[in-house]
Amino acid sequence: MNAVSTSADTNVSLGVNDLHKSFGTHEVLKGVSLEAREGDVISLLGSSGSGKSTLLRCVNMLETPTSGEISVHGEVIKMTQDRGGIARPADPRQVERIRARLAMVFQSFNLWSHMTVMENVIAGLIHVLKQSRAEAIENAKEVLERVGMYERRDYYPAHISGGQQQRAAIARALAMEPEVMLFDEPTSALDPELVGEVLKVIRSLAEEGRTMLVVTHEMAFARDVSSNVIFLHQGLIEEQGVPKQMFTDPKSARLKEFLSNTRH
Amino acid sequence: MDVIFEYKQILIEGTLVTISLAVLSLLLSIALGLMGAYAKLSPKRGVRRAGELYTLFVRSVPDLVLMMLIFYGGQTLMSQVGALTGLWGYIDINQFMAGVLTLGFIFGAYMSETFRGAILAVPSGQIEAAKAVGMTPSQVFRIVTWPQMVRFALPSFTNNWLVLVKSTALVSVIGLHDLVWNAFTAGRSTHMLFSFMIAVMVIYLIITGLSDVILRAVDRKYAAGVRKA
Repeated sequence: MNAVSTSADTNVSLGVNDLHKSFGTHEVLKGVSLEAREGDVISLLGSSGSGKSTLLRCVNMLETPTSGEISVHGEVIKMTQDRGGIARPADPRQVERIRARLAMVFQSFNLWSHMTVMENVIAGLIHVLKQSRAEAIENAKEVLERVGMYERRDYYPAHISGGQQQRAAIARALAMEPEVMLFDEPTSALDPELVGEVLKVIRSLAEEGRTMLVVTHEMAFARDVSSNVIFLHQGLIEEQGVPKQMFTDPKSARLKEFLSNTRH
Repeated sequence: MDVIFEYKQILIEGTLVTISLAVLSLLLSIALGLMGAYAKLSPKRGVRRAGELYTLFVRSVPDLVLMMLIFYGGQTLMSQVGALTGLWGYIDINQFMAGVLTLGFIFGAYMSETFRGAILAVPSGQIEAAKAVGMTPSQVFRIVTWPQMVRFALPSFTNNWLVLVKSTALVSVIGLHDLVWNAFTAGRSTHMLFSFMIAVMVIYLIITGLSDVILRAVDRKYAAGVRKA
């Protein structure tokens, strides 16, 4: 969990090294480094504007970092600069390949609304992982049962609840058999009574040893489920550690303040 | 009425020319429209500007003028480009080709506006989700963007298509033997122009009616997953 240089350590599922990201003149990330080893469940905490969602979106290049390095199992995403000096990925094919190994679950689910739950799950398997349709359906069945959505496989997203949509989105991510799962505030858009069913699924994934990076406001989840907690403040890691220590004995004034302002 | 029936062969031939002209122009306009739409949505300023200029140009210049420019000027231009690059010798731009190029070019500009709006109507989160599973840009378009944008584009697309069908009549000016040209010629020689124009009107109405049926079917096909209000 310490800052790393480009480590070739293959136990490191995900490496982030000195990541900077600016939107115009506003610097959102000011040099963040972290490392997720296999089986790590890292919760990213921080108030809004701290850069935690941007950090997550930089990991799979939905946002292009201004500078810094992302690596997945030692494979560094190659960056280059365009004529204006703006950073961009050197090889779009590499980014696509790496994205397929890092599944993402979004705050607003982002299921494809013209496809049924089943079609949402198999689309990536068929078109990205090049599985046959029969094979994809077989694999989809397994993950949909896992999240309790197999009975609803023929429903369109508009016809199921937010909690069910998010569970379907988790199944879509899970089906890709990702090396790391990225969760971007997966329960923030849900009605309070639906949060539980989604957290239960995420918790079970964490417990079976999946490597996960979770941006969350659910303090109980961060405290009970994660192996590490990172607290971001104004684009920098303010404090990090194991949840027990972070929650019972926060060192920094910022984290103390943050925790006292959050119900948990 | 009998006279028109006597001339049915020439009317049918004209109708076929009109329909193939319209369909080919439509295909070209869809291709140009998609390119124009993505140009207008490009993060690159220069590309965006080019897309906007395209629409501005087409909106400013009368369709008829563009058609004459392409028919009379295109020939010379193509020959010179061919001579310069050595890629081809003589290319004959006939009336039909000039018609397809002109109408495709004009309606491509209108389609680019239609498609731009439709692409923007597809939730950006769904595009991100497609990228996040590792789809290539062309997969994102085929699997996620296109199936959803069709529904948003359809009303304006239908409008463009109907105007395009009517605009095919313009090619009779450069001498293409389309429905209008054939009917006009027959009507003049039989001194029954009015009757022939009524026949033309009816044929255009039938084409429009058929388009309506087809486009409704398209709308139903692409309405999957839409919550019915």
